[in-house]
Amino acid sequence: MQNNSNATITDRAQTEPAFVRRALVTIALIFLALFLLLPLAAVFSQAFEKGLVVYLEALKEPDTLSSIKLTLITAAVTVPLNLFFGVTAAWAIAKFTFPGKNLLITLIDLPFSVSPVISGLIYVLIFGLQGWIGPWLQDHDIRIVFAVPGIILATIFVTFPFVARELIPLMEAQGKEEEEAALVLGATGLQTFFRVTLPNIKWGIIYGVILCNARAMGEFGAVSVVSGHIRGMTNTVPLHVEILYNEYNYTAAFAVASLLAFLALITLMIKTFAEWKVRQQLENN
Amino acid sequence: MSIKIENISKQFGTFTALGNVTLSIPSGELVALLGPSGSGKTTLLRIIAGLETPDSGKILFNGEDTTCSHVRERSVGFVFQHYALFKHMTVFDNVAFGLSVRPKSTRPSKAEIRDKVNDLLRLVQLESMGNRYPAQLSGGQRQRIALARALAVEPQVLLLDEPFGALDAQVRAELRRWLRKLHDEIHVTSVFVTHDQEEALEVADRIVVMNKGKIEQAGTPDQVYEHPANPFVLNFLGNVNLFHGRLSQPGSGLHAADGADDNAVSYVRSHDIEIDRNQQDATSLRAEITYIQKLGPAVRVTLAIDGNTGYVEAELTRDVFQNLGLKQGESVFVRPRQVRVFVEDYQI
Repeated sequence: MQNNSNATITDRAQTEPAFVRRALVTIALIFLALFLLLPLAAVFSQAFEKGLVVYLEALKEPDTLSSIKLTLITAAVTVPLNLFFGVTAAWAIAKFTFPGKNLLITLIDLPFSVSPVISGLIYVLIFGLQGWIGPWLQDHDIRIVFAVPGIILATIFVTFPFVARELIPLMEAQGKEEEEAALVLGATGLQTFFRVTLPNIKWGIIYGVILCNARAMGEFGAVSVVSGHIRGMTNTVPLHVEILYNEYNYTAAFAVASLLAFLALITLMIKTFAEWKVRQQLENN
Repeated sequence: MSIKIENISKQFGTFTALGNVTLSIPSGELVALLGPSGSGKTTLLRIIAGLETPDSGKILFNGEDTTCSHVRERSVGFVFQHYALFKHMTVFDNVAFGLSVRPKSTRPSKAEIRDKVNDLLRLVQLESMGNRYPAQLSGGQRQRIALARALAVEPQVLLLDEPFGALDAQVRAELRRWLRKLHDEIHVTSVFVTHDQEEALEVADRIVVMNKGKIEQAGTPDQVYEHPANPFVLNFLGNVNLFHGRLSQPGSGLHAADGADDNAVSYVRSHDIEIDRNQQDATSLRAEITYIQKLGPAVRVTLAIDGNTGYVEAELTRDVFQNLGLKQGESVFVRPRQVRVFVEDYQI
C-alpha cells in the first residue's frame, strides 16, 4: 500500500500534461473501437439478424454440431498434452542448467515464428500419401492426414508454446530456494512439485491453459491444411464458419462465429483475472 | 555430529569457488565461515548440505562418507538468507512441512506434529503466529520461523547461510544474541556463513576465515583476533593501518620505507593508535589531523604522517577525543600501541 502512494507521488511529478494524456487515451480508444469492438458487434448483430430462433436452428444443424464436437475433442486432447509439456519444459529450463538450454528455449518459440500454413504442411509432408511415412501408414490402414489425428497433431504444434512461455519467466523469477528448502526438509521430488512448486505457479498455469485452449479451438490455418474439409467428419468450428460463409449462408456463418466470439470474451475475462493473480504471486516474492 | 571436510574443490566454469579445502568441525560447536563475497563460504556450506556437488574431495559426517548421499538423507537443517518460507502456507504448515512429508511409516500422528510445531513456535517466541502467512511477518520473525522449520526435523547439523544478512542492524544484533542462546540450549553442530566480522566474533565458538576459495585461518575468536595468521585475516577482522617498512615495538621508532627490510609491512589496528599532543618516546610520529569523523560512540581521526605519503586512521572513544580537544589541521603525535609485522610478498 505504501508503495502505491509513493508511486502516485512520483507519477504526478513525472507525468505529461493533461491534454497529452487525454489525446493518447482517446486515440487508443478510437482505434480499439474501430478495429476490435465494431467487428465484434457486427458478428453478433449478423448472427441475431433473423431472430433467436433462426440463430438456434443454425447451431442445431448436424454438420455444425459435429464441428463443435470435433473442436471440443481437439482441445480436450491438445490442452492437457501441452499443459504437461509446458510444465515439464518450464521446470527444466527454470530450475536446472544443462547444455542445450538456450536451444530448447528457441525451439519452444518456433511455432510462434512459423506461419500456421507451414505448420500444417509439415504434417502433410510427413504423413501424407506422398510423404515420408505415408505409404507405410496406408499399408497399415492408419489415417492421419485428412483425419482427426492430423488435426490434433497440427493443433498441438501450433499451441505448444503457450503454457511454457507463460511459466518460464514466472518460475525463473521465483528462483529455486523454496524447492531447495523442501528437499533439505526431506521432501521427495514429487512432493516438492505438488506441495511447493505447483501452488506457486497455479495462476500462471491457468493463464497459459486459457490462452492455449483459445488458440486450440480457434486455429484455422494449420488445421485447414491437414483437415481436408470433409463435412461432418473433419471440419472444426473455424473451418465450418468459412464453409458456411462461402455458401452465402451468412446467418449460420455468423451464428457459429459468435460461439468463437463468446469463447474469446470468456477467455479474456479469465485471462485478466489470472494475470492479476500472477502479478500478486510475483509481488509476494 | 562432527563434520569433516577433506580436500573439497569446486569450479564454476573458470571460477574456482573452492580450492582444496580441508576443515574439521567438532560435534556441538557453533562455527562461523567468515569471508568477503566470492570467498567460497556459501559454496562450502551448500556442499555440506548436499545442495551443491563438489568436483573432488569428501564430506564426512561422524566419520561416515556422505559425499554421495542425497540431501534428503543427510539430516541437515538449512536456513536461507532470504528465508525461503513457503509463501502459500501458514506459519504452522511451514514448520510442520518436514514432518508431514515423511513416508507414512515414520510420520508422526497429526496430534504429535501439532505438539511439536507448537513447541518450536514457543522456542522461537512466535506461538501466536501459527495461523499467519509469511507475508504478514517482519523479516526477523520470518527468519525465526525459517529456523523453527529447519529444527522441526531434528537435524544433526544446522547450516545457516547469512542468516541475518537481510535484516536491519537492530534486529540483527538481537537475533544473533538469541541464536547464541539457542545454541547453548540445544547444542546442535551449527555452521553459519557471514561476511560480518562482528557477528562472527560475537556468536561463534570458532571462526573460519576464508578468502578466494581457501581457508586463511581457523580458530577461536580470540585466536584469530589476537593472533591473526596473515595480513588478510588481520585486515578482515577490523580496520587496520599499514606501514611499509618495519615499525618496531616501542623504543625503536618508524623507519618508513627506509629500505632496511623491503618486504616487511607493519600493521596497526586503528584503535591501537594513540594520539597525544606531546612526544612520548621514540615511537611517536609527528602527524597532522586531516579529517575527523564522528561515528556514534567512537571518533575516527584521519592523519597524515610527516614524511610519509599514506594516511593513518585512528579510532578513539568519544571521551578521549573530547579530553584531547582535537581539531582538524592540528599537528599532533601518534604512537602505535601494538604492531604486527608480516614479512612476505603478501598483497591484500
